[in-house]
Amino acid sequence: MPLYESVFIVRQDVPAAQVETLAASFAEIIRAQGGQVAKTEQWGLRNLAYRINKNKKGHYVLFNLDAPSAAVIELERNMRINEDILRYMTVRVEELETGPSAMLRKEERSERGFGDRSFGDRGDRPRRPRSDDAAPSSPTGDA
Amino acid sequence: MSFEPSERGSGGGGDRPRRSFGGGGGGGFRGRPKSCPFSSKGAPKIDYKDVHLLRRFVSERGKIVPSRITAVSAKKQRELTQAIKRARFLALLPYADKRGGG
Repeated sequence: MPLYESVFIVRQDVPAAQVETLAASFAEIIRAQGGQVAKTEQWGLRNLAYRINKNKKGHYVLFNLDAPSAAVIELERNMRINEDILRYMTVRVEELETGPSAMLRKEERSERGFGDRSFGDRGDRPRRPRSDDAAPSSPTGDA
Repeated sequence: MSFEPSERGSGGGGDRPRRSFGGGGGGGFRGRPKSCPFSSKGAPKIDYKDVHLLRRFVSERGKIVPSRITAVSAKKQRELTQAIKRARFLALLPYADKRGGG
């Protein structure tokens, strides 16, 4: 069976507990069609980058699916009907992530590393040996 | 007695030879070796869910930064563009942001 990732956004004024029951009911639709929900992730209430139907926030839920296409069609049909769903997107993937997705990982990751200087910021200036001053003890790092 | 110039030689141990300095010009991106940030070995996977990563390839205004500036390879830029557009659809990234110029 093909593998899919499905993300949907639930309206902000729906209580978190109800989001979970909603997610459970969608998972049930998949199972009823002979598919499996490999993983469910709740990203919680997040700010939307722009307003969708006058909502500024939304509850995000991610499904990792191993399901026949008919199950996905049925899932999306139900999401279209449900007025609490602001948006959904299902993407076919080659393989499902097993661990937590980037969304949940990023919280613990700091700004350092590959991070904050991928472009724009120029790197360290290479030190140049000069005759008039003896070797500087500490390398001057960038800001 | 103590000989001062001998200390100098050991000072610059940490020099990295990779940095080429020939670039020059008004580009403002000189002194950085051009290599694709996604093609090296430990490179991160391009993923529409990794907003933190995608943010760096989007301007203040929300536009996708051209690969000639970010040095992303053509193949990876196509992937990146797809990922950014997916993230936009899910309101993880803005289509356009009024703040900032550009």
